[in-house]
Amino acid sequence: MDFQPPIINLLIVAPLLITMGAGLFLMLLNIFCKRDGVYYWLTLAAIAAALVQNVAMWGHEYGTFIARGSYPMVVSDNFSVFLNSILLLSGIGTLLISRNYLHRTKLERPEFYMLMLFSLSGMMMMGMANDLILVFVALELLSIPLYIMAGLAVSRDDSKESAMKYFLLGAFSSGIFVYGIALIYGATGATALPAVYAVLEAGSPLAMAGTAFLMVGFAFKIGAVPFHMWTPDVYEGAPTVVTAFMSVGAKVAGFAALLRVFTVALPAMSDAWMGALALIAALTLIIGNVVALMQTNIKRMLGYSSIAHAGYLLIGVAAAGQHSEAVGSVLLYMLAYLFTTMGAFGVVIALEHKLGEGIMLEDYKGLAKRNPWLSAAMLVFMLSLTGVPPTGGFSGKFYIFRSAVEANLWWLAIIAIMTSVVSGYYYLRVVFYMYMFDGDRTEPVYAGTALKTGLLIALVGTLWLGFFPAGWFELAYKAVIGTTQLLAGG
Amino acid sequence: MIPMSWYLIFSAALFAIGLYGVMARRNAIAILMSVELLLNAVNINLVTFWRYRTPDRSVGLAWAVFVLAVAAAEAAVGLALIISVYRNRDSVIAEELDLLRN
Repeated sequence: MDFQPPIINLLIVAPLLITMGAGLFLMLLNIFCKRDGVYYWLTLAAIAAALVQNVAMWGHEYGTFIARGSYPMVVSDNFSVFLNSILLLSGIGTLLISRNYLHRTKLERPEFYMLMLFSLSGMMMMGMANDLILVFVALELLSIPLYIMAGLAVSRDDSKESAMKYFLLGAFSSGIFVYGIALIYGATGATALPAVYAVLEAGSPLAMAGTAFLMVGFAFKIGAVPFHMWTPDVYEGAPTVVTAFMSVGAKVAGFAALLRVFTVALPAMSDAWMGALALIAALTLIIGNVVALMQTNIKRMLGYSSIAHAGYLLIGVAAAGQHSEAVGSVLLYMLAYLFTTMGAFGVVIALEHKLGEGIMLEDYKGLAKRNPWLSAAMLVFMLSLTGVPPTGGFSGKFYIFRSAVEANLWWLAIIAIMTSVVSGYYYLRVVFYMYMFDGDRTEPVYAGTALKTGLLIALVGTLWLGFFPAGWFELAYKAVIGTTQLLAGG
Repeated sequence: MIPMSWYLIFSAALFAIGLYGVMARRNAIAILMSVELLLNAVNINLVTFWRYRTPDRSVGLAWAVFVLAVAAAEAAVGLALIISVYRNRDSVIAEELDLLRN
């Protein structure tokens, strides 16, 4: 038996190699260099380089790490390029809004940048993985650095507590997840997603159980009810920049893998998972939005809001079981979610004058008088999160609802519209506090150049998506995963 | 030869014990141990399926090694986090760590 080396083309995974390599390089650099600014700029440069390389791969379909007579382990197609761009942009956004914050809260340590780069690599791998083993490894690569990042504020008990909670529930969920993968391997004897698709028969009990376990694991990662309990605690306890990073990155990456695994490997069982996902989506929408009504801490409120947004995204995933164009609406929604959430967290960070202070709703009283620009930006982000036209949030929801109706999920679309109305109450309450009250706050608002740049990008993105969604939807539509292509290699 | 189902039942039992441990135990270390049980149940499953389903391809075996490595990384990070919480709070009991509650 002679050994046949697999076909490897490293150019295809170049964005991953850049971010991961930069992370390793920073670890080495940490021995010699103690100046914090260096790490910031190097990280920014690495992410920008990865973004350029990533965008250059648009329009092609590649596979790499192809063992003989097998499917590629890693693929790069429009779907993964689109998602990687969102993820890398979320990395840039996090860096921009974190610059001043990390400095003034004395959290600026090289570890932050390294862990972020490693986590980003894992997130990108989630969308590119074409093999269940790799999905699991990517999931861990994205999660483990995030556990540490959540506990970055070592001086604060709540940060450490949130890190521990995140870790315990995250490890638990990945245990369930990998058990599901093992069952699917048992049912099909294959781990590559197209190979699973080729062998899988509908109604196999082993595969059915495996799919259910997979779904539980994914639901944990994206924060869907009934596995959402960690989300508000971790969002509240983690340093706000980390919260911003994981609210976009971890969620987008979770949906990336969810979409690819379910639409490429498991369409044979779409009847089963479509119904289950629709049910989870409905529960997530209702519980996320209703509990958010009672929050007075803005980070916790955004935590519940992110649960609710997972619900809207899940509608699109469930609809994708019927017709694959729904994937496009999910992608568009994620783009809108990226800009809006990053912007909202940017404002929260500007107001958090000390670590863990200035994050209550009360602190937003009279912000319109103290800082009209910041509150105008917050107004746009809150409108976008609610889904009021002409903002990105509205465009995202419009396409999601349309795909739900096309998939005959009328009841789900109606629940989603009703919960959107409910969500207006807690989002607009922030606006109400900013504009209708006279505040007596005197704490400074920290809006440095980097943060302003970040907010400006988020604002432009939100409004652009709101005014001209059609072009963006075309783009997202082109990124829909092609039918289970990617032939066996040599 | 022992039938495949025996191994699968054993693995499922191990998984159930782990699941029960995560739900019922309050000590963070015990929860971590239960998570390790989950991962070990997975490994038994993987090796069993490899042996009985695809003995000519080493996918399942290689995969079990991946799961082991991930479990080790998780334990390293997890124990560090638990120790750092214990230093401040003198407790790793999940119910006593309730700063984050509404």
